[in-house]
Amino acid sequence: MSKSPMAPPSSFLWSRRVFLTLLTGFVLVPVYVMVSSSLKPLADVTGKFRWLPSGLTIRPYIDIWSTVPLARYFANSLIVAGAATVCSVVIAVFAAYAVSRYSFRGKRVFTVTVLSTQMFPGILFLLPLFLLYVNIGNATGIALFGSRGGLILTYLTFSLPFSIWMLIGYFDSVPRDLDEAALVDGCGPLGALFRVVVPAAIPGIVAVAVYAFMTAWGEVLFASVMTNDTTRTLAVGLQGYSTLNDVYWNQIMAASLVVSVPVVAGFLLLQRYLVAGLTAGAVK
Amino acid sequence: MTTTTLKEPLRGSPAGAATREPRRRTGRIRRAGLPYLLLLPALILELLVHLVPMVIGIVMSFKELTQFYIRDWGTAPWTGLGNYKVSVDFDAPVGEALLHSFFVTVAFTLLSVGLCWLIGTAAAIYMQDTFTGRGLLRALFLVPYALPVYAAVITWVFMFQHDNGLVNHVLHDQLHLTDKPSFWLIGDNSFYALLTVSVWKGWPFAFLIVMAGLQNIPGELYEAAALDGAGMWQQIRRITLPSLRPVNQVLLLVLFLWTFNDFNTPYVLFGKSAPEAADLISVHIYQASFVTWNFGTGSAMSVLLLLFLLVVTGVYLALTSRGRRTGDV
Repeated sequence: MSKSPMAPPSSFLWSRRVFLTLLTGFVLVPVYVMVSSSLKPLADVTGKFRWLPSGLTIRPYIDIWSTVPLARYFANSLIVAGAATVCSVVIAVFAAYAVSRYSFRGKRVFTVTVLSTQMFPGILFLLPLFLLYVNIGNATGIALFGSRGGLILTYLTFSLPFSIWMLIGYFDSVPRDLDEAALVDGCGPLGALFRVVVPAAIPGIVAVAVYAFMTAWGEVLFASVMTNDTTRTLAVGLQGYSTLNDVYWNQIMAASLVVSVPVVAGFLLLQRYLVAGLTAGAVK
Repeated sequence: MTTTTLKEPLRGSPAGAATREPRRRTGRIRRAGLPYLLLLPALILELLVHLVPMVIGIVMSFKELTQFYIRDWGTAPWTGLGNYKVSVDFDAPVGEALLHSFFVTVAFTLLSVGLCWLIGTAAAIYMQDTFTGRGLLRALFLVPYALPVYAAVITWVFMFQHDNGLVNHVLHDQLHLTDKPSFWLIGDNSFYALLTVSVWKGWPFAFLIVMAGLQNIPGELYEAAALDGAGMWQQIRRITLPSLRPVNQVLLLVLFLWTFNDFNTPYVLFGKSAPEAADLISVHIYQASFVTWNFGTGSAMSVLLLLFLLVVTGVYLALTSRGRRTGDV
């Protein structure tokens, strides 16, 4: 960022220092509580809160796997979020390519409809969707309700509108000459898409994938209604620790940390792409 | 989303257009079906998961759908506008509670969106030029957004505990600001608890978007302003903030819709029944449907909520896009 050649005034510098310090504190305290409590013995989290643990233990990290079937929830979440991400990205790439590169009747209706689904309150279609899945199951034998498949289908549509919207912007910023040249060279439209447009739009696609994964990994409402004991995901499974008579806060914090690590690590590694993707795509 | 310059690149250009246009047009006719084919998967899924259920939901809102009919909802008797009458009869308990929940949600949303936007924008502008530790700070600031909702909110539930939570420990034991430890997750305080969690979780998104928006402001603008003698604060007021307008238009709308419809945060924070002071509309409707098993009324409330959001969005877009083409999206 090439800004003014002169140095920022001191009012800017000290207000920045104060603001960023306070903000760092606000952001860090819960993170600190999560990490430190997960290493505390049970007595430390049942009595008065203490900033420093009386002793460090990794016991909670061992116990979390047996208190609730965390490994199974973990596997379910991985399958559901992974599959939803892959499907959502592929479908969004196709749709965004069509909107970005072709003019056709109904284009505006399509984009407006897809985007407006973002404003539907989830609660409006929770029950109808539930009934629909049950009915489809009864009619065709395809078990959608209670299955991972049904959840994958649901989640991928959650991230689809934003993904399509962001990719349209991103594809628009890829020069058309590139894929026209590919078309002239004898590539089909799909060849042009996969050999030219997609490689040029990788940051945008990665950003969309990160977003889709996070959406699926963190959703609570539909997971709580649409899963059963074998297909339960982490979002619902974690509540298992607090329904017990004794609330094992150290285990809850340990489990929260464990389930957060994959997404937070992935997000931080790929955040550069996300900012780049947003810059080129959505924020124009 | 306003840049549409690349969409029809050849139409206006006099030179190359003449030779290329005819060939492209025949190609386009031959492949007229292709765009539809590409859109088909997205279309089918949106229909299946969003639009068809929405239509079913609207139909359900005209039925007297209690637990007796849930197995075969088609047989539930029609009630016409009955469910809507119950929902908006603000003198009766059901309507009164809905209106209260609506006002709570409006207040909560305005405060949360305002704070998220303010903090996010300030942080993005302060971190625009490089300083030591900027990259680390940026990564740290994105952590609340990256954390799964339930993990983040559960941590706040722990911090808000009456006996063993951090908040009471700091406010009561260490700073002596309160006479006795407060309850945060029940009673009137729950509103502030919810607001705190929502802002903590939501501001990094504003930060991320504004940060991306800042990178699209041409550096020459600042250089020109500096040559004219504009100081840092003036540059921020005269160049940075006006240039962010189009970004803010979308950002505020998205934040508004997400916050207004948020279910996950209050649900994990309070469980199935939210305290009155923090009775957000989506949890309220969830309760009206799944706890009292009255799905018809719940659907009518959802439809009213959707209508409200449609009107707000429409008015907002009409007011903010004067002179701009929001078209194409």
